Amino acid sequence: MSSHYEAPIREPLVLGTKSYHDITEDIARPIEGSANRNWYIAFYISLAAMLWGFGCIFYTVGTGIGVWGLNKNIGWAWDITNFVWWVGIGHAGTLISAVLLLFRQKWRMAINRSAEAMTIFAVFQAGLFPIIHMGRPWNGYWVLPIPNQFGSLWVNFNSPLLWDVFAISTYLSVSLVFWWTGLLPDFAMIRDRAVKPFQKKIYSLLSFGWSGRAKDWQRFEEVSLVLAGLATPLVLSVHTIVSMDFATSINPGWHSTIFPPYFVAGAIFSGFAMVQTLLGIMRKVTNMEDYITRLHVEYMNIVIILTGGIVAVAYASEFFIAWYTGSPYENYTYMSVGAATGPYYWAFWSLIIFNILIPQLLWFKKIRRSFIMSFIISIAINIGMWFERFDIIAIVLSKGHLPSTWWRFEPTFVDVGIFIGTIGFFFVLFLLYARTFPVIAQAEVKTILKSSGAHYKKLRDENNEH
Amino acid sequence: MSTSKVIHAFYNDDDVLMDAVKQVRAANHHIEEVFCPFPVHGLDKAMGLAPTRLAITAFMYGVTGLGVAIWLTYYTMIADWPQDIGGKPNFSWWLNMPAFVPILFELTIFFAAHLMVITFYMRSKIWPFKKAENPDPRTTDDHFLMEIPVDGNEEELKALLASTGAVEINVVDNH
Repeated sequence: MSSHYEAPIREPLVLGTKSYHDITEDIARPIEGSANRNWYIAFYISLAAMLWGFGCIFYTVGTGIGVWGLNKNIGWAWDITNFVWWVGIGHAGTLISAVLLLFRQKWRMAINRSAEAMTIFAVFQAGLFPIIHMGRPWNGYWVLPIPNQFGSLWVNFNSPLLWDVFAISTYLSVSLVFWWTGLLPDFAMIRDRAVKPFQKKIYSLLSFGWSGRAKDWQRFEEVSLVLAGLATPLVLSVHTIVSMDFATSINPGWHSTIFPPYFVAGAIFSGFAMVQTLLGIMRKVTNMEDYITRLHVEYMNIVIILTGGIVAVAYASEFFIAWYTGSPYENYTYMSVGAATGPYYWAFWSLIIFNILIPQLLWFKKIRRSFIMSFIISIAINIGMWFERFDIIAIVLSKGHLPSTWWRFEPTFVDVGIFIGTIGFFFVLFLLYARTFPVIAQAEVKTILKSSGAHYKKLRDENNEH
Repeated sequence: MSTSKVIHAFYNDDDVLMDAVKQVRAANHHIEEVFCPFPVHGLDKAMGLAPTRLAITAFMYGVTGLGVAIWLTYYTMIADWPQDIGGKPNFSWWLNMPAFVPILFELTIFFAAHLMVITFYMRSKIWPFKKAENPDPRTTDDHFLMEIPVDGNEEELKALLASTGAVEINVVDNH
């Protein structure tokens, strides 16, 4: 067992006395069993929200985006807020599966599958908003550089909005492929256990005929490593480019070189919060308590406090610079005395409370290791990060250079409906995923069982194999 | 004389498997294949498999993607229909290039990632509707299977495999 040595000071990542077969059983159980009542309740609520959102989308497309609360000054509001919010949430999945793989963090293995699922589902939601905001989504393919009847009139590669198209579509497709490649051995495991013929057929199809040859595994590991290496700069580039939608404009409050790193940190911050929210529920309903442990929760909270700290420092610097310019225009940016005391004071203070103050509780080890407190704090961060984007967009746009153009943004029921609809859609996808996909990368967890399993650690302790 | 028979030796522990692979190779037997439920580190070296060259292909695909992106931005923005966009230099790709960096980067990643994964799928013969070829369903759960062709040395091989800790040894006709 010496090849599986791990420092005894490290806490186990897999609890209980598990064998390889027990892991198989535990991961397959939610798929092979039937859903309980709570799952159905959650599913139908999400489905209702999703359908309501789809209704609002149809209304928007059929009538025009005049049904939103946008006005002559605030031409972007909830749609781009939601877009940035969802893209940001997606970032944690890639960070966990790619960056933590490069850093050889074993604790990622219990959570990477669900975090990546979250990434993909969140990017779906994000992608909806720019497409609806086009007003004529059937012309959406105009964002692609394809020859056309207008000359050819090409897309504008100088524009950050087009960079976004390329960044988001690369990000979505690469994440999907990364996720699916990792899923193949786990689908194969479900396939080989399946007793019902239909189930067997479906999982054979999904597993692409994975057989697990030594050569396949050698390639699999190399591909995972290279994909992680490619996905790491990719994920950093995506939110960098999203921030350039703002940073390359000339609005005070947006025209800021600090945006790219600060948006990336904020994205990871909000993404990890969403992972905490989802896994907090999932570990209970799928009985994965032995795999998603207090230690995992604590590690994620440490990432949250780090990235949250970066975000807080960025806010402070934005606030200071706005004040230090002495320019009256800067007093209407989202981080200014004007914002804190103006008509949007509630949005400003929501941001400060949810995003800066509440996460500080995570400095306490007791809170950091508490499931319920982590869950509550993660929801607060989700709210806070939504307000961050709302503040950056609505507060900055509400007061332009010309006081006669000052205006306020009031969302209509359609704005609210579409946002709620995307939350419903997200949870519909995630709930379906939790019932049909192996929610933990079982093949990977099996590789760390001997080094990080509680049972094996105990055996080593008893035999003094250190 | 070649035979169509193979031996399937099952192991239920990765460390035992590793030692077994080394012993079987030391006894000069050819290991046709090992099926594993999860990656066993060092198994490829122990079996004498050549290193994979997929990372090299990823690099070449990335270079291709970069080339495509350079051509695309040059052709659309400079050659085919130059336009004055925010005063950016539309007469020279090089001077306009800083605005294209995000595109150059994204297309490099796009090509490298997707083409590498497609190469992996083709090389390992995995794709939708492909039938799995692992001989026993336990090999995706907790068993490792070593496949060795029999060449008139069935009994000797069986004895060797049993001594390496195989939990089950079957002689089957090759498909």
